[in-house]
Amino acid sequence: MTSVGKEEWAIVVSGLTKHYGEVVAVDEVSFKVPQGEIFALLGPNGAGKTTTIRMLVGLSCPTAGDAQVAGFGIGADLVRLKETVGVVPETSNLYEELTLLQNLIFMAELYGVPRGERRGRAERLLAEFGLLDMRETIFRNLSRGFKRRLTIAAALIHSPQVLFLDEPTLGLDVMAARNLREMIRELNRDGTTVFLTTHNIPEAEALANRVGIIVKGRLIALESPEALRLKAQAATIIELNLERLPEPVIEDFSALPFVSQAYKEGDSRLRVVLEEVTSPAREAPAGPAGIYEVIQLAQSKGLRIRSLSTIRPTLEDAFVQLTGVEAEVMRMDKVSSPGARPGSSGGGD
Amino acid sequence: MILNQLAKSFHIARKDIRAYYLKPPLITWGLMFPAVIILAMYLKDPQGIQRIAPGLIAMTLLFGNTSMAAIVVTFEKRIGALERLLLAPVSRPALIGGKVMSAAAFGLLTSTIISIGYIVIFKHMPLRPGLLALTLLLGSVLFASLGTFISLAVKEVFEAMTVCNYVRFPLIFVSGVFTSIKVLPRPLLPIAYISPLSYAVDGVRQSFAGEGGIFPIYLDLILLALYGCLFFVLAVWGLKRRIQKEY
Repeated sequence: MTSVGKEEWAIVVSGLTKHYGEVVAVDEVSFKVPQGEIFALLGPNGAGKTTTIRMLVGLSCPTAGDAQVAGFGIGADLVRLKETVGVVPETSNLYEELTLLQNLIFMAELYGVPRGERRGRAERLLAEFGLLDMRETIFRNLSRGFKRRLTIAAALIHSPQVLFLDEPTLGLDVMAARNLREMIRELNRDGTTVFLTTHNIPEAEALANRVGIIVKGRLIALESPEALRLKAQAATIIELNLERLPEPVIEDFSALPFVSQAYKEGDSRLRVVLEEVTSPAREAPAGPAGIYEVIQLAQSKGLRIRSLSTIRPTLEDAFVQLTGVEAEVMRMDKVSSPGARPGSSGGGD
Repeated sequence: MILNQLAKSFHIARKDIRAYYLKPPLITWGLMFPAVIILAMYLKDPQGIQRIAPGLIAMTLLFGNTSMAAIVVTFEKRIGALERLLLAPVSRPALIGGKVMSAAAFGLLTSTIISIGYIVIFKHMPLRPGLLALTLLLGSVLFASLGTFISLAVKEVFEAMTVCNYVRFPLIFVSGVFTSIKVLPRPLLPIAYISPLSYAVDGVRQSFAGEGGIFPIYLDLILLALYGCLFFVLAVWGLKRRIQKEY
């Protein structure tokens, strides 16, 4: 671990940059992750999350900048660095033809676990992840959720100091995703530093101690979920549940002088962010009077309001305010696109 | 450190053998293909089988090793399993070493079974069995390295097979498998001397005949070893290039 003052840093990233030809995938990203933290890198598809992880685990060479993970530089001794980290890629890519136990024992061999401990550790992990009864099952025959569990177990076989998870719950059903989040929390409670990427805002909010928001390769915010929410709370958000919401009218709401942002939430809900402070430069008031203006606009556009409420900003709202990327886009991202980037066969971002 | 990485090569090779090479279709293919060709040649010319069998055994090495290495590496690349090895604390030479080791073991096994089958059925004992074993070993490593190198230059299994065939068929033609290099047209001789298969064929032939090779036996062995090293280094370079391109 890199020690700075009293704090021990598990990850120190400084000006990390990655170009693929003309495309800037990661643009001078800098941050530090203290030991024992769950850190989430949140961003839409193509934001540079997977590329960042790939550089941090020694798979991809940065164009510029540097980083240290568990005290090892990413440009120096890669074998030593890889010995201290566990990586769960976006795809559960263990060996299809091997059984669960064979897969874990093979991982133990690769990571230099002493011969006498391999089987014991593998069985212990299988038990912890609820897979012991399936240890002789061929990996190919597992459901997606179980494959994900085993992939995480495989990343833990050598007790890594830092665990990297790329979109850990992608493609899982609600129950499996929930179980997995609980497992990640438990690992963290046991002292493992967790670095995860996600496009799933509630997941970042539920899991992470701190969230880094990355858009188009740039890290635009880095705070705890609570601090990000507080940023959003400087404004009032009202939600209009409408019978229908034609896309063009959203811009009309955004154009109101006391509205900082308007965006679609779900099929027919409109969220309007009102600025809290009334500025003398602006003629229209924010707050309750602003709500009145919004209702008037809705009526003038012929929009029928089913209900109206003011809402407590979530991390999702903070994300939308900070990035301008709509939450709906984030939700659709990984579903509609595997996230190919130039030169990639893997489908990261 | 080197021993540690060598052990990882061994683990990778053992995993490959377990996951891919011990499957009945591969074993059958590895044995049936050369066995059928040898039998066909025997039916065509029973008297000439002793002349042609060494070339066919060497050809088995070429086909078996290049195909298997190319299929396994390309398949793992496609399903993302190769990334699993790249994420592990395994150096590039150790990773390639594991892949070459498993393909070479498969090629060595199939060519040994074919050789033994041939010896037993046609009662043609090699006069220098140790030399036969050494030639098969060096040839296996060489052609496994060649297959691995090719597989890293392409994306799909069918592309790997296509490129392999572009390399293999001309080599079979010029390397003395069916006819001696001596009778080749003069312009083809330089290609015959460059072809690594020529030295494998010559080595196997001298193992059975005891003498009468085109090249001195030490030259066969040295060149098989050197070509093996060359293709191994090229495969390691190919992996580095592939990582830079994809990640």
